[in-house]
Parts: sequence; C-alpha cells; structure tokens
Amino acid sequence: MTTLDSDIAHLLAGSLVLVSFLLLYQDRMFALLNVFALHAIVLAFSVAWQAHLQHAPHLYITALIALLFKGAIIPAALHRIVVRLGIHRTIETVVSIGPTMLFGMGLVALSVVVMLPLTQSAGAFVREDLAFALSVLLLGFLMMVTRRNAVSQVIGFMSLENGLVLAATGARGMPLVVEISVGFSVLIAFLVIGIFLFRIRERFDTVELQALDMSRGESE
Amino acid sequence: MMLTWLTQLAQAALVLALAPLLSGVTRKIRARFLRRQGASIVQPYRDLLKLIRKETVIAENASWLFRAAPYVVFATTWVAAALVPTFATGLTLSASADLIVIVALLGTARFLLALAGLDVGTSFGGIGSSREMMFASLAEPAMLMAVFTLSLFAGSTELSSISAYMLGPNAGLSISLALALVALIIVSLGENARIPVDNPATHLELTMVHEAMILEYSGRHLAVIEVAASLKLLLYLSLIACVFIPWGTTLVGDGALAYAIGLGAYATKLTALAFFLVLFETAIAKMRVFRVPDFLGVALMLGLLGTIMLFVSRVR
Repeated sequence: MTTLDSDIAHLLAGSLVLVSFLLLYQDRMFALLNVFALHAIVLAFSVAWQAHLQHAPHLYITALIALLFKGAIIPAALHRIVVRLGIHRTIETVVSIGPTMLFGMGLVALSVVVMLPLTQSAGAFVREDLAFALSVLLLGFLMMVTRRNAVSQVIGFMSLENGLVLAATGARGMPLVVEISVGFSVLIAFLVIGIFLFRIRERFDTVELQALDMSRGESE
Repeated sequence: MMLTWLTQLAQAALVLALAPLLSGVTRKIRARFLRRQGASIVQPYRDLLKLIRKETVIAENASWLFRAAPYVVFATTWVAAALVPTFATGLTLSASADLIVIVALLGTARFLLALAGLDVGTSFGGIGSSREMMFASLAEPAMLMAVFTLSLFAGSTELSSISAYMLGPNAGLSISLALALVALIIVSLGENARIPVDNPATHLELTMVHEAMILEYSGRHLAVIEVAASLKLLLYLSLIACVFIPWGTTLVGDGALAYAIGLGAYATKLTALAFFLVLFETAIAKMRVFRVPDFLGVALMLGLLGTIMLFVSRVR
C-alpha cells in the first residue's frame, strides 16, 4: 500500500466525518435528506476504495448496497414521507447549531483520544479508520439527541449505521453474510420506522417527539 | 543576501501594482458572468487617480484618528501582503514575520478602521464597526485555526517554508489540508466583504458592513482605503495560491528563467482564483447579517476539525 493509497482512504474516511457535521448543520428537511444521500455516497466510495486496497471483492457489494439503498432509495422514500407528512419546513433543534457543532467537535476529539491508545496493536490504517468510524457513530447519536423531529432522528440513526459499516470495512475479515444482514436489518428498521411515523402522526397530529412525553405523563 | 532583499522589494512593489488590477479583473469577470460588458480592467487605477485629485472633505468633529487611520490601515495591509510569497519564496522578512504576524497586522488594520468608523459619530459608521467586529470575533480565530493546521502539517509557521514543504515529497494528500483550505476560503470571503457575507458593490444601508465604516471618507483618504481593500483581496488569494497550489513558485537558488516562470505561474494562479471567486459569488445569494456568524462558525469548526484530524494522521 503506497502513501497515496492510504492518503486517499484517509481523505474519504475523514470526509465522512465532515459530512456528518454537515448533517448536524442543516436545518431544512430537504437539504438534510440531500446531505444524507451524500453521506451514503461518500461511504460507498470509502468502502469501494477499501475493497480495492484489501483486494476484497465482497466489499464492493457492501459499497453497492450503501450506494443503492442508502444513497438513493431511502432518501427518495424519506422525501416522499416528508412531503406526505407536510413537514418540509425548518426543523426545530433542541440546542442551536453553534453549541451542537462544538459538542460534536468534543465527540470527535473524544473518539480520537479513546481509539488511538486502545488499538495500539492494530495497524496504523485500521486505527485511523476506527477513530473516524467512532466519530461518525457518536455524531449520529448527537443528531438523534439534538433533534425533536422524528424524521431527522431517523436520519441520525441511519448516519450512525453508516459509521458502523465504516468500522466494519476497516477491520479485515468481516464476512459478507454479516454485512448483508446488517444492511437488511437497517432496511427493515427503516420500514418499521416509516410505518411508525404515520402511526405517530395519526395519533398525536404531529411528528414532534415532545408530544409523546405528554402521553407518558412526563411534562406539563 | 542581496538577492533575497531584491526579491522582497520586488514583491512589495508587485503586490501594490497588481492589487487594483486584480479588483479590475474580478469586476470584469463578474460583469461578463452577468452578461454585461463591464468596465475596463484598468478602471480601478483611473478611479484611484480621480480620488487622489479630488478634494478631501472631513467632518467637523473628526479627530486626528480619522485622518491617520487610512494611512495606517494601508501601511499594515501592504506590509502583510508583501510578506506572502507570491512568485518566489526566500523573502528576507520571511524569517522574522510568519503567518501569525500577518494575521496580527490584518487585525491591527481592522481595529483602526473600526475606530475610524466610530470616530465621526454617525449611526452608519457605528453599525458598520459593530458588525465588522462581530464578524471578526469569529473570522480571526478561524483564520488562526487554519494557520495552526497548516503550521502543524508543515512543521513551520513561516510561509516560505510551508510553501517549500508543500512542493516537497513529504506533503501528500490530507483531509486536514482540505479542511484548512475550505476554512481559509470562507474566512477570505468574510474578510474581503465578498458576497455571501457582504456585497462590495452595494450602498444599501441595511446590509453594508465594510462600506458603512468608510462612508465618511473622501478624496485621497478613500483612495488609500480602496487600495488597502484590494491589497487584502490579493493577500488572501496569494496565500491560498502559495500554500495549496505552490507549483511554479521560484525556490531559493533557482536561475533567472525560474523567476520568469514564477511570475507567469503567479499571474495564472491569480486569474484562476479570481475566476472561481466570481463563479462562487454569482452562484450564491447574500446572507442575512445574523446568518453570517453561523457561516464563519463553520470555518472555525473546520479549522478545529483539521487540527484534530492531523493528530489521527500523525500516527503513522
């Protein structure tokens, strides 16, 4: 593996973290969906480059799954859901963008600090990959925490899953069966959530998750 | 020794001579993008000549600060612009004045301009100064973070060394560099009052920032401030060119031909950057003033992220 090869891999994995930040920054529904599609496309490129570097053809399939399902089908479906729910307006974030970004920076620093000493024995490349994957994961969690809207929470969840795939490709020898089943479980989760969204709206007339607190007797 | 001084002086003269031309070129390209004919590219020189010949009107209650500020702003900006290697590295002052000094010089210029805006006591000047300071409080740290990223990457804060390092075999591709580049572009859009942040061509009271501060200036004072503004644009474009597209720059010890190549490469780079700047400007709408902190905050965040990622890259 030449320096340039690993540099490109590094660049792609780093871009994924960057796009995660873009997701946090977006406060409009459709822009959020587009950025999510970009997230999946960057992931697909990253995985495909890994496949090329590791000479692992099954990773190409993973990349294709990411590109097809998460880069095209899920964003398109979410687009339709958003239109049908009639929520294509500004998302209310619980915390405003500035502090969220700073908190995200903290999470990235944390994952670097945690991952680098933990994986001393692994190769330099895997360590970087794992550090970035953990950052993407934590940023996905942050997205789910800071958003009230159910659809943006779904996107947070999906971007989190992208982080898992990135981690999986960094670690050599992950069997294809596992990857495909992870991919499908996400798809199933997406279907369940999609149906759920409409059920929530039917019941509470909104997809703001605060409304659910009331029925649990927590607020007001 | 003699040669480095010569390069330094040539460089200082070159930036001063080129700065209005760069403004002219960007205006021309912009006009062509908008399907207008546009003024000639030497129009800024004519404007400056006209302003110098005109009478200088000064408000009654203006203090000495108001009269002194344009010259200090011009001097600091000129020195800062002369410190960025444009066509050749190995400038005499490079060793004593690094990137952080350049940021400090620009900060000084901004401080004085804001004071001058407040000096006469008109409300527009006050608005302009307060907005400029609001933007600066984010743009300056963002610039410094980008500078830190570059310095950590190249192992030096001197621009000549950074440029030489980028040309060398060790540089390679890095996500941190990409982040620093984007941060630097955002900062330079903000600092030069370009479109998403401020519109250099408008005199609409509600939106202007830079123009509001210099509203009271006329005659030779205004001419000097205009030159300083175009020098600042030249500085940022040269900075981006010298760090991120260093190819063609003359290194220390090259022959006379290398200097000719360096000059040609520099002219090409500037034109290309001006083209992309205008392309971006015509494609985007101006932001609301209160959205700008978010935009500049992104630059700060990118700089920070670049520094963090540098530590990940350093592992190997």
